[in-house]
Amino acid sequence: MTTLAQPLATTADYGAWAAIRLAAQRDLKLALRSRAELGVQLLFYVIVVSLFPLASSPERTLLATMAPGILWVAALLAALLSLPRLFGSDYNDGSLEQLAMSPYPLPALVSGKMLAHWLTTGLPMVALAPLLALQYGLDAELVIIVTLSLLVGTPILSLIGGIGAALTLGVRGGGSLLALLVLPLFIPVLIFGAGAADAVRAGLSASANFSLLGAGLLVALVGAPLAGAAAVRIALD
Amino acid sequence: MLEAQDLAARRGHSTLFSGVSFRLAQGRVLTLTGPNGSGKTTLLRILAGLTAPWSGHVRWQDQAVSPFAPRIRQDALLAGHVPGLKDELTAAENLEIQCALAGQPAPASNVRAALEAVALGAAHALPAGVLSQGQRRRVSLARLMLVQRPLWLLDEPATALDTAGLALLARLVGAHVVAGGIVVATTHQALDLPAERMTALALG
Repeated sequence: MTTLAQPLATTADYGAWAAIRLAAQRDLKLALRSRAELGVQLLFYVIVVSLFPLASSPERTLLATMAPGILWVAALLAALLSLPRLFGSDYNDGSLEQLAMSPYPLPALVSGKMLAHWLTTGLPMVALAPLLALQYGLDAELVIIVTLSLLVGTPILSLIGGIGAALTLGVRGGGSLLALLVLPLFIPVLIFGAGAADAVRAGLSASANFSLLGAGLLVALVGAPLAGAAAVRIALD
Repeated sequence: MLEAQDLAARRGHSTLFSGVSFRLAQGRVLTLTGPNGSGKTTLLRILAGLTAPWSGHVRWQDQAVSPFAPRIRQDALLAGHVPGLKDELTAAENLEIQCALAGQPAPASNVRAALEAVALGAAHALPAGVLSQGQRRRVSLARLMLVQRPLWLLDEPATALDTAGLALLARLVGAHVVAGGIVVATTHQALDLPAERMTALALG
């Protein structure tokens, strides 16, 4: 039944790319099985965005000025809503322990999970943004800029938010602590992301904003999986 | 060879256990016993490299086990007291993912055969969320068959198992040690295994 004759695998056999793919596929499969939860998060995004025109003056110019900021704040809040689940369900059912005991590098597994989180929460929000921008009467050019800024910026939310989600594992009231921990870190992303459309409206180029968002994304891509893996290990200790 | 030298663990300010030493050669089973809260699970997690001991050290195949060392992650299979199943996925899908993550992808036919061996053949397409505790434990047993690791660390493997399940567990552990594996298990139920392979360690 158990054969031990086979040679022991070396570390080189457990590549980071394979680990990212495995973890991402696993989480995407799980997300597809619990589509209702994803729907709730997207619906929340749509509702928050739609509340502002109802709550403030219907004046066209005011709404168009506010639109990029509102889309961005709603994306932050919706991301926050889904983050506790990123590691929380695995932690509760014991499968996080199995991930940590896997011979694959944990930072790669963690980044695969963050990738799946973005694909299931960030990307749908990016896709919905042009539609939602319509109710604010935003120019076509600005719609494109806002959508692009969300495309570059929302992965940062999944990456940085993932660190926070891992750090708050096993903490009572972790959800609200996560918000306190992560929202301040989202501020630069918010400023540069929402600022891109403002720059274009003011007749300037948005390239500085996109460069800063891109730089932030690169830093988060390198740092967040390592920090997230370290936080997972602390949570399991 | 699994070696523990003078291990101690603390929780908060109280010592769970101290001075735990043992040496397990290939083909041996170590059963950990002790009252609740005596640190059996902690000891298993220290052996798995998930938790750092307060003092002392663990050696596996003459290499020191540091927390999350790659070597121990390649060689040890830890079956925690929760089976680690995703409720949304079927038993078969759970096993496929667990095998892939362990670096030993299993073809669907092997997974099916393992599930049939633990008498879950009829339930293979049910979501794990609807399985009973005993059935979930049996999925863990199927994992022991599919993922080939020399060192098994089993946390209360007998919990919720019926008589047939216990016999199956004993058979699996028996076959594993006959093939040269090492098993460390926390258990309150006696496993029906040859006495010469067994070592017992009481904590607390």
